[in-house]
Amino acid sequence: MRGIDLSLHQGQTTTLLGANGAGKSSTLLALSGLLRASAGSIIFDGAELRNLPPHRIHARGLIQVPEGREILTTLTVRENLLLGAYRRQRRDEIAADLENTLMLFPRLGERLDSAAGNLSCGEQQMLAIARALMARPRLLLLDEPSMGLAPLLVQEILKTLRELNEQGLTIFLVEQNVHQALRVAHYAYVMESGQIVLSGPSSELLNNPKVIEAYLGA
Amino acid sequence: MLAQQLVNAISLGGVYALFALGFTLVFGVLNVVNLAHGAIFMLGAYAALQGVIHLRLSLLASAFFAMLVTGIVGWLLDRLIFAPLRARRAPHLAPMVATIGLAISLNSLVQGFFGAENLRFPVDALSAEALSLRGVQITWLELRIIFLAFVLMVALLWGLKKTRIGCALRGLAESPKAAALMGVDVDGLFRMTSVIAALLGGVAGVLIALYTNVKSSRPIWDGMMSQALRQGRTYHEQFSGSFGTAGPLRRNRSGERH
Repeated sequence: MRGIDLSLHQGQTTTLLGANGAGKSSTLLALSGLLRASAGSIIFDGAELRNLPPHRIHARGLIQVPEGREILTTLTVRENLLLGAYRRQRRDEIAADLENTLMLFPRLGERLDSAAGNLSCGEQQMLAIARALMARPRLLLLDEPSMGLAPLLVQEILKTLRELNEQGLTIFLVEQNVHQALRVAHYAYVMESGQIVLSGPSSELLNNPKVIEAYLGA
Repeated sequence: MLAQQLVNAISLGGVYALFALGFTLVFGVLNVVNLAHGAIFMLGAYAALQGVIHLRLSLLASAFFAMLVTGIVGWLLDRLIFAPLRARRAPHLAPMVATIGLAISLNSLVQGFFGAENLRFPVDALSAEALSLRGVQITWLELRIIFLAFVLMVALLWGLKKTRIGCALRGLAESPKAAALMGVDVDGLFRMTSVIAALLGGVAGVLIALYTNVKSSRPIWDGMMSQALRQGRTYHEQFSGSFGTAGPLRRNRSGERH
């Protein structure tokens, strides 16, 4: 990957689109510190994040919902959620956030003490997002939350993301589901073989013949 | 006679349990077969012995001294061996082979300094005084071993189940990537695990040394038990021997998967 220039704006949802292997996930992993970027810089709130270990980046409020959800299947739903708040100290605040999160995802509340591995795919994705919210993200990164989910569930998840954004959360969404992602996002980047080939406000891209041809079908 | 054997088995089993606890902790969390655990166990026994003889520490203090020594070795083990291998994403076999190297080095080092002959704690280091209950003899040491093994096991289980850091450890055991993305200091926890495992190994080493020390001074055990510290080494050799044969099996299995 080279020459990637992305900027995210506070309070907005930005999406990064592209086919398999375009380098979207690598971009996200580099942001979270799981992959070392060999050059360039990652500036968040005026501070350089490149070369910081993942937990330090997490502490800055850059929280990622990884591809494939990566929930901890042997732990209970509650333990997963509390682990999301691992770096936070105030127990009362964590408890309050747990309640708020469960209001957002009531289905998780019904299954708090069952093993997270027993959840359905959709529930697991909700758990992954809920877990990230427990960390009080300042920027939420999502890697293909729609992957492997039924269309209805995708809609539900994206609706939740829109709600979160309306509450002021800054979101960076990596997606292959171009149509849906463009509807949620304010601004979009399109990536191909490790490079940004196109960018612009979502509304423009939705009407851009190039995008329609390449990603949305004729 | 059966009751006596039961008492013996439980106290000896307690030591083995402590040993195994450290070994499984590293295996479970770091996903490494640590074949140097036996050598660390041996080192614990030697360190305690040196503490008693040369530093003139009390037995309890020398046990803590042994834990300090093995804890440092555990820290170094992760810092110098496991961490660099993790950083380059080495296959599972690499850290295992590295620990064999460490085990050989530690064994040779200790042998170079203290010789290969059997050593014992001074006779007065620990009394062989035994409680007798309906013909069943149990020494204070055995009681302490059983108590300590039980307490440490319960504490570890409780810690893993109920504390935040225990939860993070279990998460880490399942997926280091997920744990890292939740803000867990993965390298820090790996290191801590290695240290705790080495501490447990060290304590087990001290206990087995004392155990055989006291046991072999009893008439019934004379000539039956191999003496004191020797055992740490043999145990380690048996251990790496059995894993040596298991090694290729593991590799074949993972080979099929890829």
